[in-house]
Amino acid sequence: MSSASLNVEIRRIRELAPGIREFSLSRTDGEDFPVYSGGSHIVLSLPLGERPHRNPYSLLGDPTVRDTWRVAVRKQEESRGGSRWLHEQAREGMRIDISAPVNLFPLIRTGRRHILVAGGIGITPILSQARELARLGADFEVHYAYRGPEYGVFSDELEALAPGRVHHYVQSRREQIEFGSLLAGRPLGTHFYICGPAGMVAASMNAGKSLGWPESHLHSEQFLAPTGGEPFDVKLALSGKAFTVPSDLSLLEAIEQQGVDAPYLCRGGACGQCELEVLGAEGELIHHDLYLSADERASGKKIMPCVSRLKGGCLTLNL
Amino acid sequence: MSIAFKPDETFRGDYTYRNSPAAIRRFPFPFHQDQYMYSVNMEPHTKGPAGSVFENAFDIDEHYIAEMRDRAITLERDPGRCVSLPHMMDAEWDTLELIMESLSRDYPDMFTLAKDGARWSWINRPLGIEQTFTFGDAATLPCPPFEYITRQCQGDFVIMDQRDNDLFADAGMITSQADWSLMFDAGMSFMEWHGPVPLAHELGVFERALKYLLMLQQGRPVRRLNWTMTINPRLDTSPETYPEWGPDRASVTPDNVGDKVHLRVELQALFRLPRSNGMLFSIRGYLASMNELATYPRWAKRLHRVLSTLPNELAEYKGLVRYKPTTLEWLSKFDDGEVLPAGTQPE
Ligand code: HEM
Ligand code: FES
Repeated sequence: MSSASLNVEIRRIRELAPGIREFSLSRTDGEDFPVYSGGSHIVLSLPLGERPHRNPYSLLGDPTVRDTWRVAVRKQEESRGGSRWLHEQAREGMRIDISAPVNLFPLIRTGRRHILVAGGIGITPILSQARELARLGADFEVHYAYRGPEYGVFSDELEALAPGRVHHYVQSRREQIEFGSLLAGRPLGTHFYICGPAGMVAASMNAGKSLGWPESHLHSEQFLAPTGGEPFDVKLALSGKAFTVPSDLSLLEAIEQQGVDAPYLCRGGACGQCELEVLGAEGELIHHDLYLSADERASGKKIMPCVSRLKGGCLTLNL
Repeated sequence: MSIAFKPDETFRGDYTYRNSPAAIRRFPFPFHQDQYMYSVNMEPHTKGPAGSVFENAFDIDEHYIAEMRDRAITLERDPGRCVSLPHMMDAEWDTLELIMESLSRDYPDMFTLAKDGARWSWINRPLGIEQTFTFGDAATLPCPPFEYITRQCQGDFVIMDQRDNDLFADAGMITSQADWSLMFDAGMSFMEWHGPVPLAHELGVFERALKYLLMLQQGRPVRRLNWTMTINPRLDTSPETYPEWGPDRASVTPDNVGDKVHLRVELQALFRLPRSNGMLFSIRGYLASMNELATYPRWAKRLHRVLSTLPNELAEYKGLVRYKPTTLEWLSKFDDGEVLPAGTQPE
């Protein structure tokens, strides 16, 4: 499922702290942004090299503000370049494409009490969740950990939302969240949400599980798996066409662009309609569908082109 | 107005509901092939051809006014047909917004929505309703937002809350269901409320459908068709009122099949809701009698073949067993054995 994209202009860039920048985005068609729920993210398509680079970022602003969306980006030196581009190349006035919002880190509306934990730049989805809980009048608390005082970039915004309910942990002052005590003795119906460095997330999950928390009450941020992938070549045996599937199109979309009629229904790997016979594959079939059985996958003879791809050289299909 | 409504037709008592020739022509006949089996028959709910039932997000047709009256009668008798759990309030507003924005965009001669910040004005001309209210403040509407808007939109509605990698039916407006109970299913998970359906679980249909739905994205709704059969053009075929309609199944005779037996097709669409991250499930029902369908012999032939090869488990689950032989006998006179290419078109 590739998402419908929106074209936006970078309206404002703010340096929040060393290596942390905030971007304010507005639609270039002048329309309002759609509404979104706390914990949602969007995917930015960044013009690095010849193919766009897709990076997910959480929306951190107020969902009722429909003319501006905000994301905050930490520069990751080891990254493949998305965050570096945003820090080094991005300028106010530039235009980029973004996806519609997706929420894989939603609040649980049946929860009685909510504990939100943010580590560093992990504050971004937590901020939109806190805003939503405040609007709903829900019972919640926020625990915000960062390296040094200058890195607590959204402290003021958070305090304004939830006065008296935000706890700060500043690493340079040797303050640290003790998950064992944070999660102990909580009443049934409490939900825990965390976004932060992998080690911190793992520590909190382990603490929760060993204290007997049900897994369904422990939530950590998830992003949508990127839809595209590496480009690869395709030969269609029956129609005699040969072409390359670019990184930002599905195999099914690329076949359709060649004017070849291919069956489909759901376009999301579930219905089974688009199944094609693989005659040859130089490389590994990357199956993303929900349809083929393990045996069918192992046989290497079938592919669902609406979601699946080849990693490697050339794929020959009986079409 | 472009639609000639039939405000006086009835779905109970004297059953005066009928389809115009134009309504028959656009009937969403569900059978592509001569056999039917459950599958994950879902596709993007994109704009279909002009005049078709897929043209708009929510289809309004000539039965609109009469169906809304029938809903009001059912609610009067049993207010429990509209249920919403307390955590669904954002999803209620999401639903009101989606339906008002869709109807006013797709049928501007019938519905108008004007917004001045949170102050909204809604005009529904066919039902003669004008309402100014504050979006987000339920006290400014005559009833809660979900009930308010679904009393004005054809079709049944369920809103699902998504949590724990599952979908829970936590709100619903159900007045025209094919023999299942909202009171019974409210709060249940996807697998729980599909529990009684035969064969589909073994085929993995529900497992795949659920995974697909959990990833449903905002602005990218999906749809599917489902079908059953009903005796008399009755909307309220709920378990709660079974004594009022169940016995009709035994009333089908070779002389009245054409009038009494109806194919009932549900156009089901699923929309991700923006504020609540919930999911709206609309179940838009269409009824056509055997006589009406047989005005297109292709459909009569196709239905004859589907019913004669339908697995017994499905016939039993759908409640067709009593009158299936009489219906098959009646349809057989249209079926000359012609090979029908795949497709649902009437001609
Ligand atoms: C998420 C929203 C949905 C809701 C609330 C819903 C609800 C229901 C209910 C209440 C029934 C009747 C069960 C009974 O007998 O008590 C039913 C039947 C069924 N549902 Fe769903 N459903 C949903 C989505 C789907 C989807 C996406 C599929 C896709 C395959 C599906 C396939 C079926 C089938 C095959 C039946 C049996 C229908 C028949 O034979 O008449 N449902 N559903
Ligand atoms: S189109 Fe449904 S699985 Fe590919």
